[in-house]
Amino acid sequence: MTSIQDVLTGEIFEEYTVLSVDELSRLCAVDRTYIVELVEEGVLSVTAVEAQQWRFAGSALRRARTALRLQRDLEINLPGVALALELMEELEALRRELAGLKAGVFREDRG
Amino acid sequence: MEFKDYYKVMGVARDATEAQIKQAYRKLARKYHPDVSKEKDAEARFKELGEAYEVLKSPEKRAAYDQLGRGPRPGENFRPPPDWGSGFEFSGAGNGASDREYSEFFESLFGAAAGGARRGRHGFDPGRHDPGRGPDHHAKVILDLEATLQGGSRAFTLRVPEIDAEGHLISTERVLNVQIPKGILPGQTIRLAGQGAGTGSGTAGDLYIEVDFQPHPLYRPDGRDLYLDLPVAPWEAALGASVKTPTPGGVVDLKIPAGSRAGTKMRLRGRGIPAAAPGDLYVVLQIALPPADDEKAKAAYRAMADALPFDPRAHLGASQ
Repeated sequence: MTSIQDVLTGEIFEEYTVLSVDELSRLCAVDRTYIVELVEEGVLSVTAVEAQQWRFAGSALRRARTALRLQRDLEINLPGVALALELMEELEALRRELAGLKAGVFREDRG
Repeated sequence: MEFKDYYKVMGVARDATEAQIKQAYRKLARKYHPDVSKEKDAEARFKELGEAYEVLKSPEKRAAYDQLGRGPRPGENFRPPPDWGSGFEFSGAGNGASDREYSEFFESLFGAAAGGARRGRHGFDPGRHDPGRGPDHHAKVILDLEATLQGGSRAFTLRVPEIDAEGHLISTERVLNVQIPKGILPGQTIRLAGQGAGTGSGTAGDLYIEVDFQPHPLYRPDGRDLYLDLPVAPWEAALGASVKTPTPGGVVDLKIPAGSRAGTKMRLRGRGIPAAAPGDLYVVLQIALPPADDEKAKAAYRAMADALPFDPRAHLGASQ
């Protein structure tokens, strides 16, 4: 079944969104305690101390969902998920730098 | 319907032990997990792997599967035998609301509801949402860089899993025409309110589309900044020149300062990915040598060698 629709207009979720712990858990379709655990493990960062006052940037949604998938699909525990996320980010940064090096961007910096 | 060789998918022998199957699954799951893997077909491989493991890890399902394994070759047309399933119990941890999709082959053997939801204790639970509101949907699309530079609409075909009247998990195709917000970056998400799943009476959930970029032939994005390699002739770099340079907003005249070296970065402020504080375009100079493939060109190079006392290896301490 295929249906074609008119042009849909949305917004960039990360740009305007600030999420409470309850909103984030609803968007991830998980229990609130899971989001609390992600914060305690340092996977998600917050400024306030009290969970009620926590505010997450919109980008936390993608991070939390990735953490959930890793935990569910690879059966790794939370510290393992946190480590995997950090290493994946580092790998991504290195890949970008390598792409730049291959193209000669940093030749000047090397002198 | 195609017969699937689950042993081949998992790369294990037909007499593999449960421990070997588990080990093979763990190893391949790490390799093909869509969040981790850079392999092109990671998502398809991961799904196939999950399905194979679902069958082989369960002694009942595996025994049943083994019974028909002597039949058709993989890829051949397959129909379950009439006595299929007698003597086996597949209900297991069945949970039809799983967000996993199974192949037609799997469902013909074990039914859609037999897919045990492999959830951790906090796993996704599509049942958890406001009763009056349909669940949110998430999708991922690959955009061309122009979409974020110029905006404009793009059409996507999304596969939407649905439970049909008989409780089978089916997937329907949905074509969406989406206005791309200018300035969206890889990893960011377009939220389309009310475009998720509907419910009988209440409001529909939202659709979240995560975007990524295709590699662009000219520009390499880094955050909001763009990088462009610009080849210049040796005399343009040495003497300075004004050269035509592509930018996302159109061709501009770029002034190359005299004495520029290969790798020199020139910043064109605000010509990167648009935003309230737009990114910059960095032009990286590359010095292209003209070929010395005829007498005239060779003579020009020889004249240059005679005229310039130049030792590019002076700093290596290996000069004549």
